[in-house]
Amino acid sequence: MTARGGDAIRLRGLTKAYDGRGPVLGPIDLDVRRGEFVSLLGPSGCGKSTALRIIAGVSAPTSGEVAVAGHPAAERTGRAIGFVFQEPTLMPWASARDNVRLPLTLAGEARHDADRRADAALARVGLGEFAGAFPRELSGGMKMRVSLARALVTEPDVLLLDEPFAALDEITRFRLNDDLLALWRGLGKTVVFVTHSVFESVYLSQRVVVMTARPGRIHADIRIDAVERDANFRTSAEYAAWCRRASLALAEASEAVAVT
Amino acid sequence: MSEAPIRGRILRAALPVAVLLVGIAAWQLVVSVNGIPSYVLPGPALVAATLIEDWPLLWSSLLTTLSTTFQGFVAAAIGGVALALLFSRSKWLELALLPYAIILQVTPVIAIAPLLLIYLPQQTAVVACAWIVAFFPVLSNTMLGLNSVDRNLAGLFALYRASRWQTLRYLRLPAALPYMLGGLRIAGGLSLIGAVVAEIAAGSAGSGSGLAYRIAESGYRLNIPRMFAALLLLSVAGVVIYMALALASHLLLRRWHESALRKES
Repeated sequence: MTARGGDAIRLRGLTKAYDGRGPVLGPIDLDVRRGEFVSLLGPSGCGKSTALRIIAGVSAPTSGEVAVAGHPAAERTGRAIGFVFQEPTLMPWASARDNVRLPLTLAGEARHDADRRADAALARVGLGEFAGAFPRELSGGMKMRVSLARALVTEPDVLLLDEPFAALDEITRFRLNDDLLALWRGLGKTVVFVTHSVFESVYLSQRVVVMTARPGRIHADIRIDAVERDANFRTSAEYAAWCRRASLALAEASEAVAVT
Repeated sequence: MSEAPIRGRILRAALPVAVLLVGIAAWQLVVSVNGIPSYVLPGPALVAATLIEDWPLLWSSLLTTLSTTFQGFVAAAIGGVALALLFSRSKWLELALLPYAIILQVTPVIAIAPLLLIYLPQQTAVVACAWIVAFFPVLSNTMLGLNSVDRNLAGLFALYRASRWQTLRYLRLPAALPYMLGGLRIAGGLSLIGAVVAEIAAGSAGSGSGLAYRIAESGYRLNIPRMFAALLLLSVAGVVIYMALALASHLLLRRWHESALRKES
């Protein structure tokens, strides 16, 4: 099966069920265009992280089809996708550079080239001077940047982020939101961003896909047409209006399940 | 740094030394006042004099015991880690062999030593005893460490299609290192115990030249001061082994592991 030319991610009839716990996800149909920034917004436990793991190929769907850049999950190499976990998920025994270099090392890239690319990725997230630092020497926000640099180092087509900033304080989160947007604009990656924050999803995305509670299905697909994303946008009336729309959709989505 | 912590640190070092000095003084006093003969209880001064006088003999015995301990320790380290790696690769192998590793561990080595001395050349038997006592903590700690990998990191390695070998080399072994070092620290002391036990068993069979053999031999000859001197050397050897392993562990972990980090005040 081949995806349409413009689709970076294409999900068809995707479901996931665990033995004894019943269905947690789907069925879901979703197309993400190349270069698009899409948020998956939903209540806790709605399976949005599961969906992301299936797209990444770390978890297998119970049924349905997944294609990333036209390739089914089985044919994909690890380097096509960058993944950022909710936790920084760094190896505590390795320096920032060694952590960022990991995907290249695993792909068998020569040490010298890999180091150079790791340093470049670190510089891109503003940590050029911290290549030799160990995770414990870095703040929570810096660790998340290292994690982001690691996801970017293979120059993947698709960047998947699983509530990456949820554990950070608000000021750090705002900064990282802006930095992520700058990276997205500069690099033109396709981004799927999982979050349970209405405000974060509206601020960052071109599309907010609202999911119902378990089993997670797509309830609404809201297009956010704003061009400027900055402090002005965050305080504007249109931002508030979009947040209101997304909040209402999220409330409906939660109710939709409470009834069934 | 303020004065209080420095004073605290001096006190912490001085306290055990003071206890030692008081103990030695009391010992000497009891022996001198009661006129206890040296074949019953020698005073510390006599023990020290014996240590110096018999130094060539004791030193070569110490080297023999340390060499046995070292061989047993290395065998335990390699055997324990290798077995843990094998078990981590195959659940069946673990199910099949782990019970016997445990049986070997819980059977007192003093009871196994005479048998080993019958079936193996003496030096091999002595090293085997040291190995038997010391390998289990390395095995069980390494197994624990290999299974203590962060789930998200394991997911990350799966995402990047890491091979089993890569996952072992870059993830599971480094994650297991602190546990492994903990096991090795215990194994160091235990292999000394194993060596001593085997030497005593071998000594009663009539040959050998390690420190424990010297203790047994001096006991038969009622050379009690030499027994004490040899015992003192054994204790010092145990402490030095422990400290060396603790230092090695600290040096390997100091940059990242919680156990090696200085506590925030």
